[in-house]
Amino acid sequence: MHPSPFTDEHDDLRAAVRRFVETELRPNVREWEDARWFPDAVFHRAAELGFLGLKYPEEYGGQGGDHLHDAVWTEELARCGSGGVAAGLGAHTGIATPPIWKFGTEDQKRRYLAPAVAGERIAALAITEPDAGSDVAAIRARATRVDGGWTVRGAKTYITNGVRASFLVTAVKTTGEGGHHGLSFLLVDTDQPGVSASPLEKMGWHAGDTALIALDDAFVPEENLLGRENEGFALIMANFQWERLMMALGAVGAMQDAYDRTVAYVKRRNAFGRPLSGFQALRHKLVDLATTIHAGRCTTHDALARFVAGENAIREVTMAKLLTQRSAFEVIDACLQLHGGAGYMEEHEIERMARDARLGSIGGGTDEIMREILGKVLDL
Amino acid sequence: MAATDPVLKPDFGAKRTHFILTDEHEQLRESVRSFATKELAPHAEQWEETTFPDSVFRRMGALGFLGLDKPEQYGGQGGDYYSALVLAEEIVHSGSGGLAMGVAVHTDMAMPPILAFGTEEQKQEWVVPAIAGEKILCLGITEPDAGSDVAGIKTRAVRDGDDYVINGSKTYITNGHRADVIVLVTKTDPDAGYDGFTLFLVPMDAPGVVREARLRKLGMHASDTALLAFQDVRVPASAVLGQVGKGFYHIMWELQGERLIGAAGCVAGAQHCFDRTLQYALERTAFGRQIGRFQAIRHKFAEMATKIETARQMVYTTAWRFKNGEYPVREISMAKLYASRIAVEVADECIQIHGGAGYMKEYGVERVWRDMRLNRIGAGTDEIMLDVIGRSYGL
Repeated sequence: MHPSPFTDEHDDLRAAVRRFVETELRPNVREWEDARWFPDAVFHRAAELGFLGLKYPEEYGGQGGDHLHDAVWTEELARCGSGGVAAGLGAHTGIATPPIWKFGTEDQKRRYLAPAVAGERIAALAITEPDAGSDVAAIRARATRVDGGWTVRGAKTYITNGVRASFLVTAVKTTGEGGHHGLSFLLVDTDQPGVSASPLEKMGWHAGDTALIALDDAFVPEENLLGRENEGFALIMANFQWERLMMALGAVGAMQDAYDRTVAYVKRRNAFGRPLSGFQALRHKLVDLATTIHAGRCTTHDALARFVAGENAIREVTMAKLLTQRSAFEVIDACLQLHGGAGYMEEHEIERMARDARLGSIGGGTDEIMREILGKVLDL
Repeated sequence: MAATDPVLKPDFGAKRTHFILTDEHEQLRESVRSFATKELAPHAEQWEETTFPDSVFRRMGALGFLGLDKPEQYGGQGGDYYSALVLAEEIVHSGSGGLAMGVAVHTDMAMPPILAFGTEEQKQEWVVPAIAGEKILCLGITEPDAGSDVAGIKTRAVRDGDDYVINGSKTYITNGHRADVIVLVTKTDPDAGYDGFTLFLVPMDAPGVVREARLRKLGMHASDTALLAFQDVRVPASAVLGQVGKGFYHIMWELQGERLIGAAGCVAGAQHCFDRTLQYALERTAFGRQIGRFQAIRHKFAEMATKIETARQMVYTTAWRFKNGEYPVREISMAKLYASRIAVEVADECIQIHGGAGYMKEYGVERVWRDMRLNRIGAGTDEIMLDVIGRSYGL
């Protein structure tokens, strides 16, 4: 018996998400990749099916489930064939809205969380800046006190959903002090002249919306301070474990998908008078890939089980993130190789999966940052 | 002598020239690099969208770059094999893998078999204008159902009086949309095994040649890649290139030169990417210092540099053998395998060192990976190289 944290009660949800992915996402992703955009209607539809509020209380329109339900959603979403679509939906449910749920006031939950769960307002988490990536404490976007709130100046970059977002959950400096101190979380409405976003072209995630955002005296009312003033660093850190678990779950789903497609291909394609799967070297390669995927899945599910049980699972989550992001890229890259010339062509979609997977070792904390964290956790 | 110096210090900034190369090669290197940097690189971004224009061939022809190692009697420069290597290395400064590939297919894949096996008439008709950049060449080996398995090709050429009639399809053909002529691998005798293949020079405007889809791919966006159909294409017997029935051997010979040139391009491409990333690592700061000064990053550079240097030595040593009359198939396969692998690894590591910027188009690093990735597939996959090397030991 596989030590999966999931129980029978998750099966129905899994079947429902899978149906949505197979019938409403997958058939459209090629078009959306070409358009460098997927429609907002996808959020509306996912909300209608209840997927945007799986772990949130019913009073905000959620399903009253827990992180395991979100985990099912994440695993299945990874099989839609477009990292950009999965990331757009995942950023909304998994990284932008959790801080509101966790730290928001009742008023903030009603104004931001509930409409986000309903798919009416799309959220983006905005932390990274052009000169502050891995080094989060180097954030320079600055909020200045004004009558009734703050005005914010600065730039945020690589923001998923940044162009389409109706509000930003963003970290800014609220004091002149350096380092971790003096950061605060603010909810910034984007329908104001002080906020402008431009799309960024990327290696992968083409259907996704990734923005460079300029904040030019954007106004934030007093009541949009999320959590406590000058204690925003803790909020940034608070959701990292879940974000990284989601990435691990997504990577496992994506590499399994690539593997399944590749097995089908090598059994179908002939060379030198036999199917490719008839060659020992290729068979052994596939066995290695299956083994890597299994290791990634076990590591991820172990971390997930600990996380949902309330353990401090920073070690296991960080390891799962580090292992699976690199593995996903390597596995999918090997799948591309197994496709030969076809693997290099857009038509077979495996090249897209490789491009999409490459972000994993960079986003949500680079592999190097994961190693830094683990160095500390392991007391090295 | 340095050895007598009381304090011996390495000079890492000293110019390094490999012993196979002369001053003339270095001068050529300078002029190709200057051309690529000034006339090509500024357009690289745009050509990713549009593919590079045919005028690049004409301009390179005018500069003499398309016939560096080709005989002077056909308009070439009469240089040695190394001069072709230098071109492959320096063209990476165009910043466009697709352009480099389009040019290499012309000069180092399609042209050599015409020069080696063609009649004087064929050389006059195709090589002379090709060296001038007025006519563009392509090479047709791969088919939808025959990639690595070259002997599995199905395109048939059937003798009909004084002519041959060709039917079949070819795919992943670089320059296929712009080419004036294709060096086409066909089967003339399906019962003769490896002795049943014949090469043809087929004008691309011949009736029945259909340029089908423009294929979209992971990288090499500046190059055009075609799916071609040949429907009752009638050519005279004079279109046969080399000997009837010897096409397989002709093309296997061609692949050796192509692979070594490709390996040289990989080394240079990796070096170019390394240099740019080194610059980035010295400029970008995090946690209060240049990111290149973190040990983990420093070691990444050290690993990359060692791989690049190893690959370069393999390529140069093998080129020396090739130039000196050997037919070093094993070593060429090793160089091709290793250089294309490390080029992809280096590009990938450069993306990682760039962090989020590495994933963005703007910095151009992700494009290097996408372009380089083809080298582990094209001109013989890694797996085919491993097979060739393994079999060379009687296995």
